[in-house]
Amino acid sequence: MSTSVVEPPTTTKPVLSAQDLRISTTSGQEILHGVSFTLQPGKILALVGESGSGKTTAGLACLGHFRQGLKHTGGEIHLAGTGNTGSILDLPEQERRKLRGGSISYVPQDPALSLNPAMPIGRQIAEVLQVQHYGRSEEERSARVAEVLAEVGLNNSPAYQRRYPHQLSGGQQQRVGIAMAFACRPSVLVLDEPTTGLDVTTQALVLQTIAELTERHGVAGLYITHDLAVVAKIADEVVVMLSGEVVEKGPAAEVLYQPQHDYTRKLLSAVPDLAGKRQVGRVAVITGEHPVVGRESTAAAAARQQLSTPPTTDGGKLLEVTGLKLSYGKTQVLDGIDFSLAKGESMMLLGESGSGKTTLSRCIAGLNDDYKGTVRLNGEELRPGTRARTPEQRQQVQYVFQSPFSSLNPRRTICESVEVPLQMSGTLNRKQRRIRVREALDQVRLGESYLDRRPGDLSGGQRQRVAIARALVNAPQLLVCDEITSALDVSVQASIIDLLRTLQAETGMSMLFVTHNICLARHISQRMAVLQQGRIVDLGSTDEVLQRPRHEYTRELLANVPTL
Amino acid sequence: MTQLILRRLATSVLILLAVSLLVFIATLLLPGDPAQAILGQQATPERLAALREQMHLNDPVWQRYLSWLGGLAVGNFGMSAASGGAVTALLGERIGASLVLLLAAAVISIPLGLLLGSYSALRKGRAGDHITTGASLVLAALPEFVIGISLITVFSTTIFPILPSVTMAPPGEAVWNYPSQLVLPTFTLVLMVTPYIARMMRATMLEVLDSGYVEMARLKGVPEGQVILRHALPHALSPVAQVIAIQLAWMAGGVVVVEFLFRYPGIGQALVDAVANRDVQVVQTLSILIAAVYIVVNLLADVVGILTNPKLRTGGAR
Repeated sequence: MSTSVVEPPTTTKPVLSAQDLRISTTSGQEILHGVSFTLQPGKILALVGESGSGKTTAGLACLGHFRQGLKHTGGEIHLAGTGNTGSILDLPEQERRKLRGGSISYVPQDPALSLNPAMPIGRQIAEVLQVQHYGRSEEERSARVAEVLAEVGLNNSPAYQRRYPHQLSGGQQQRVGIAMAFACRPSVLVLDEPTTGLDVTTQALVLQTIAELTERHGVAGLYITHDLAVVAKIADEVVVMLSGEVVEKGPAAEVLYQPQHDYTRKLLSAVPDLAGKRQVGRVAVITGEHPVVGRESTAAAAARQQLSTPPTTDGGKLLEVTGLKLSYGKTQVLDGIDFSLAKGESMMLLGESGSGKTTLSRCIAGLNDDYKGTVRLNGEELRPGTRARTPEQRQQVQYVFQSPFSSLNPRRTICESVEVPLQMSGTLNRKQRRIRVREALDQVRLGESYLDRRPGDLSGGQRQRVAIARALVNAPQLLVCDEITSALDVSVQASIIDLLRTLQAETGMSMLFVTHNICLARHISQRMAVLQQGRIVDLGSTDEVLQRPRHEYTRELLANVPTL
Repeated sequence: MTQLILRRLATSVLILLAVSLLVFIATLLLPGDPAQAILGQQATPERLAALREQMHLNDPVWQRYLSWLGGLAVGNFGMSAASGGAVTALLGERIGASLVLLLAAAVISIPLGLLLGSYSALRKGRAGDHITTGASLVLAALPEFVIGISLITVFSTTIFPILPSVTMAPPGEAVWNYPSQLVLPTFTLVLMVTPYIARMMRATMLEVLDSGYVEMARLKGVPEGQVILRHALPHALSPVAQVIAIQLAWMAGGVVVVEFLFRYPGIGQALVDAVANRDVQVVQTLSILIAAVYIVVNLLADVVGILTNPKLRTGGAR
């Protein structure tokens, strides 16, 4: 497939070229089916694809590293300027190791997991210099550590270098990771989703650091990501991968704005945008996920209709939170939260990690019981903690968790999992429960065939649908969705968002949508609240907040949103 | 960090106090009268009353507890009812002998367990791993006397009659003057303890080898040996330290069976004798000593945990 695309004319010699790279599992199943790309000095190539497309496998292969259970079966990778004329994959492990960190380096996805928690950051950077024999003396190396820390915009004092990873914020940890990668002045940098999990402001800062450093030092970058908005911001060229194959490649402007392949187009249309111009809800699902609502399903249209009209005020307030406070020891996690939610309304609760958004939603659902303040549902005060609430009150508020991989019991069938809330309410017999479960699965567009399957057989998106079905069986008035799309690919995210809106229109329930992704705002909510350090700093209708943000923090977030 | 360790130390002292109270109450509940036990056949009412007076048996219980506790604090463990001598004099040598056995076993088994565990983790799924895990499972399943008897059969009877099967140091001479007699008891303890350490080490090492920072270290180009020693090992140690502590503590008590088997003149023998003779003071002293060993090794394990985890060392301040 890749051969049909014309290679852009290149004036400089590529630093790294991968040709017809094939990798399969040790049991013989091929993961990469002949992937080729080239990296130019000072340019960034984005490797785009959804989970399971093999993009990380291809990136790690550039370093001559294969994860356990994978083996190289064909193709070559050439790295210029190392004195090796052949493919680096033919080198013995010992030689490949010498290239890593020196000529080619790697920035991991999650710095919190990839930095050694028991080693000060300064020493971790110095270690790379030491194993690569950078500089002639210890003094020269420690000077380089200080220099590279300054380059990524971190404090380089000896006291800061003695800090441990857990004493840094996520953005700082990621910049340490980048400093480590740049320490030996490599010619190629492989970045594996380095900004996933960071909020937009930190992401903007990290992206800027990467762009500056690659340009200044003429480093070739391979940027692995699923986020097309980030690609638009940073990449010079784009390679799109779908299940181990390159489906489209070319300059970023061409691929993003005149996509040739269907898959690229679908991927692009699934990206939520701040302006709300694209209708992410209408995308057909791409990854063999479940077919969603029809193109012009009336329910979806109704949901969209509802989204644009302000909620009727005669519905009254469903949820009222006043003066909610919670602290863990000395840290004040929630510092006086006041807001209310009307019947049938959907509200986005926006905040970065550590802002207290999950804690707040857990307090509302009664999963946290040591808060101060009041939570009222239909004017009736809810007692803190699910145990203290009546079964009816518990049924009225349902919760969907972030990770569908850990919120479903892997040993239970889908039917058993979805049935639990019904068993708890105890009014239906086995047969009636099964009928109700079937209805709930229908609501989330999963058929009867899923009843007796287990979570292990399901994709992430399907699992999240099951989790939503479980929340729906008792027909709640309020659905709390805690970052439910952040573990999912963009196309799956689009289908889940579409589903939620449809469900809301069908059932008339209220929804609290907790997220860190401001781009989803216009696609899901009528009103939004911005949370920072345990306080609501901005609250109003989505339009109001996005167009006339009152707080500096909201303005900063909006300014840093990457757009296509 | 010092604060954290001091707090653990304070808890340990409290636990030790609680144990002393329990031991004291338990010996109170034992049937029989120590004075009667000491005097035996020669007990006349007058002599019993005189001895009771001398042993302060007529004082209120709390006063006896406090004076006993005070004695413990200054190293005065009271008088042995059976021999009439000071408990310290009676036990001093035996405690030394048992400590020698324990230390020898610990010094061999801890590094051995760590090495074997790491080795099988690194060779996961290969022959070396299967042999190590298989053998350690079998050994862990066998009780200590079976291992001890098998060792005696192999090394001191007909097959290889090279080592003595019992300890026969002349009275008054230290056991470590006869190193060949120490071999089999030490070896038995080593075989008992090493499998647990090795299995735990394998499990935690596998987990650590799978972690992001070990992969990152490899992608940084760090040589494999340094990856293991500097990035993997420190993180694998802390959970294993807890298991080692439990094993060492077990040895302090489990040494009784092994000492009995090899007729080794240690605290195990002394404990068996003391219980048989209803020698209350000796039983009390040994119980407290064994409890103290438990607490000290667990404290050490906590310290290892604190040292290998900078989050505990530095506090969570950002």
